[in-house]
Amino acid sequence: MNEPISFFSGFGPKDLWYLAQAAWQTLLISVLSISAGTVMGIFFGWILSESKVVGSITIGFVLDAFRSVPLIIQLVLFYNLFNVIGLAVSPFTAGVIILGVYTSALVANVARGGIESVGKPMRRAGRSLGLSYFQTMRHVVWPIGLRAVFPSWVGVALGVLKDSALVSVLGHPELLKVARDLITRTQQPLLVLAVAGAFYFALSFPISRYAAHLERKWQS
Amino acid sequence: MNFDYTFHWRPVFRKLPELLEASLVTLQVSVLSMIIGIAIGLVLALLRIGGPKPLAWVASGWIETARNTPALFQLFFFSFGLGAFGLNLTPYLIVLMGLSFNNAGYLAENFRGGFQAVPDTQLRAARSLGMSSAQAYIRIIIPQVFRIVYHPLTNQLVWAVLMSSLAMIVGFRELAGETQAQAFKTFRIFEYFAVAALIYYVMVKLILGISRLLAWRLFRY
Repeated sequence: MNEPISFFSGFGPKDLWYLAQAAWQTLLISVLSISAGTVMGIFFGWILSESKVVGSITIGFVLDAFRSVPLIIQLVLFYNLFNVIGLAVSPFTAGVIILGVYTSALVANVARGGIESVGKPMRRAGRSLGLSYFQTMRHVVWPIGLRAVFPSWVGVALGVLKDSALVSVLGHPELLKVARDLITRTQQPLLVLAVAGAFYFALSFPISRYAAHLERKWQS
Repeated sequence: MNFDYTFHWRPVFRKLPELLEASLVTLQVSVLSMIIGIAIGLVLALLRIGGPKPLAWVASGWIETARNTPALFQLFFFSFGLGAFGLNLTPYLIVLMGLSFNNAGYLAENFRGGFQAVPDTQLRAARSLGMSSAQAYIRIIIPQVFRIVYHPLTNQLVWAVLMSSLAMIVGFRELAGETQAQAFKTFRIFEYFAVAALIYYVMVKLILGISRLLAWRLFRY
């Protein structure tokens, strides 16, 4: 007696756990690429603010290109480039590298804005008090500039968190990829999408609210 | 590390007319989604500022969903999600609706900032000159708001062009979709996507250039 085999089965509690794990992957990719991208971005932003001509022609141009090409194109392009030059990298590693460089391009702009928001007189005052260049950077420019651009940095970070969904084109099982697979299996798109959307919302909304709150607090 | 890959650019150049045609589709869908997004975004902003309670909640829900979930998720909603209701839209409509939904959410917040930056006295002065509420908004308030949100608006258009590349995943043949289709036919993936990246770059630069010229012409006084 042959039992009819069904390839479709409903959305169960196990799938919720599956989605939660995928959300963890999304968070992992985002945290890694945001932290790496922020460190690189601050460095690039510092170069851009210090060397106007050479910096903006070389680094400025490259970073601007990263901002002007869709991330999904960059992901496919560089993932294939890695394969072409014989570097076998997993989709996860490739995703983190590409997303990190993309983040650094966005953060560089923010960091430059932060450094430039601290006026020249302020920095000269720091220097004439006997602080070295790096001491001025650390104790004068950093605290003041950070306040000026922290909200935009949060905006960039949240953008990257959402953009991490694109790593799914490389086949890494992050939140949206898993959601799509589950839709194919369960045929319950609304439920699966609602749960996946709720995960994104839960990651993003509190941070954006907190940033808005900080911005208001610092402005007054 | 072994390098045994030879680049073949000729198949890409042979398909260049198709790619350029597809980039016009990209521009078309982005501009259209911007126009729809501006119209809906204005309404959402006004509702969120001073609409009746239930409508203000709907507006807030729309804005926060658009801003706190990935654009790709929103596209999925319009493709699989509406499919569950038996609404199977064409890929073009899916992309257009997804982009418009996202644009409206982001633009609404820009407009809200713009409306709050125009002093209340402007509205009252216009009203006391005998304009109706609608007239005052259309003639006095919105032109000033437009000026404040001009740059965010340009950025959003650039963003819409970049975002439209997600259409590749739902199977719509704009620039990214066409590139993918051609690339997988010939397996020259790297070459095709490199050319597509270049086309996107040129499109973005063109938009920014034109908007700068327009700004110079519009805001001279």
